[in-house]
Amino acid sequence: MLSTASPPPVLPGKRLEIPAHDPLKLDSGASLGPLTLAYQTYGTLDARRANAVLVCHALTGDQFVAEPHPLTGKPGWWETLVGPGRILDTDRYFVICVNVIGGCMGTTGPKETDPTTGKPYGLSFPVITVGDMVRAQKRIVDALGIESLFCVIGGSMGGMQVLQWAATYPDQVFAAIPIATASRHSAQNIAFHEVGRQAIMADPEWCGGDYQLKGMRPHRGLAVARMAAHITYLSETALHRKFGRNLQDRDVLSYGFGADFQVESYLRHQGSTFVDRFDANSYLYITRAMDYFDLARDFGGQLADAFRGSKARFCVVSFTSDWLFPTAQSRALVHALNAAATNVSFVEIPTDKGHDAFLLDEPELLDVLGGFIDGCAERRGLKR
Amino acid sequence: MATHVQSVSAHPRANIRVDLQVIADMIPLGTRVLDIGCGDGALLDYLAHFRQVDGRGMEISQAGVNKGVAHGLSVIQGDADTDLKDYPSDAFDFVILSQTLQATYDPREVLNQLVRIGRRAIVSFPNFGAWHVRLKLLWSGKMPVTDSYDVAWYETPNIHLCTIDDFVELCEDVGITIEQGMVLDARGRPRALRAPGFLANLLGEQGLFVLTRRR
Repeated sequence: MLSTASPPPVLPGKRLEIPAHDPLKLDSGASLGPLTLAYQTYGTLDARRANAVLVCHALTGDQFVAEPHPLTGKPGWWETLVGPGRILDTDRYFVICVNVIGGCMGTTGPKETDPTTGKPYGLSFPVITVGDMVRAQKRIVDALGIESLFCVIGGSMGGMQVLQWAATYPDQVFAAIPIATASRHSAQNIAFHEVGRQAIMADPEWCGGDYQLKGMRPHRGLAVARMAAHITYLSETALHRKFGRNLQDRDVLSYGFGADFQVESYLRHQGSTFVDRFDANSYLYITRAMDYFDLARDFGGQLADAFRGSKARFCVVSFTSDWLFPTAQSRALVHALNAAATNVSFVEIPTDKGHDAFLLDEPELLDVLGGFIDGCAERRGLKR
Repeated sequence: MATHVQSVSAHPRANIRVDLQVIADMIPLGTRVLDIGCGDGALLDYLAHFRQVDGRGMEISQAGVNKGVAHGLSVIQGDADTDLKDYPSDAFDFVILSQTLQATYDPREVLNQLVRIGRRAIVSFPNFGAWHVRLKLLWSGKMPVTDSYDVAWYETPNIHLCTIDDFVELCEDVGITIEQGMVLDARGRPRALRAPGFLANLLGEQGLFVLTRRR
């Protein structure tokens, strides 16, 4: 018996079982199977199977896009965009979101049991890539009988998946919306991820990745990783506006190392709530997948070649205050899309909310996405 | 047929600026078009609806771009001086540069890029050689402020003013063929004058040219 602290919760939603005889071929050369893919859908697939929208989630996101989260009870992470009457109107579109492989929300990842050993995979789980995530999603899209997706949309790592989709399946994506993303992870991005991974691995309760077997959980390491990452998702202006140098629950400095400042208290809260819903090893694997992402490398170093012949209509979106995936990276992507003579729109949204702006109620973002998606739906002949 | 006409007038952007209408009338149905300096996308929207073109826009102002995309148009934020070199040659049937050339940093290079990425380029610009501009400069001794040049010299974005004759000379210098040239009056209506020519340079408020590169 495994000595886990509590039995894993049974999560709602749909599952696709990939059998051992038809495993997922990974970029690393390894094969993974059997495996479970957990996903969620909203709305109804129309008779032509033409109205499917694939939403790709970011590093710590999951498939619960437009419904209360089963573990935290918080609203779905993209309810500003997805739902009845919203821009991705679930009365009009069939919205799919898949928990990425390596994840911890029902899709097979390092915390699930390796059928060959009967123990959690831990670090024996193969290293996965954004390409592998997309291949896994393709299995679900195929299983649903969808030949071509109306739209693939996502921010950050979700945007990487959008680009991978457009490059891998150029005839099967009608509209591609990569938001706050880049065609490759920069040295700075990799550096921040490495800090997070080292924080996890430095936690004695990580136990070389075998914490489940030992009944431990590297909460502190994972929380520090989340705290560091969370800073990169915000802008200096937003942090200042929200917290300034305000003190937390006190009027004077404590001359100690408690959470004197509101910003410290906020980050500690971000860290401690994160560990309740996320697996430390999943964090290692998924950050690694982002680090490995470099679309041009797969196409002889020429990013434009990744998109040559693509019939998709692209809408690239960046945010003025996003220093994690700055506008310059989106612009480089747009240059490559132009060089490939694709149909591309590019907007930079003025906001001080940083990288996380894609998750927030940004009116100009919603206007732009609404106009682009409606225009595409008209060209696709989708009913209102 | 009647219903088609009705739908034309019912479209919110059926009525576009006269000079844009002149350009729109030059664009055949179903072609690929890039409109550089497309503003809020009025011409692109018109072309998409009434010419069924596969249209793209480039606009320097982010507010203009966001408005265009929110309208369902394909527009990117970009600068004619720096962002044309990325497009492959002959990527478009028509590349339009309306009332923008005089605001570019390097008009010669921009013209070269236009005829490279488009099989044809349509370029319009205010004519600094128009008789009333000449008179203003002659009489007042100051930089003319007119309908086309409505901003004082120290804050105008128009940094490379030219006359129709200047433009024709530049095209000859860089090996660009003028397929068609016309002049527009102050309201943007075509005048019954052929450009180039002495009278065109004197009477034209704007020059409008269809260009190709010498092949």
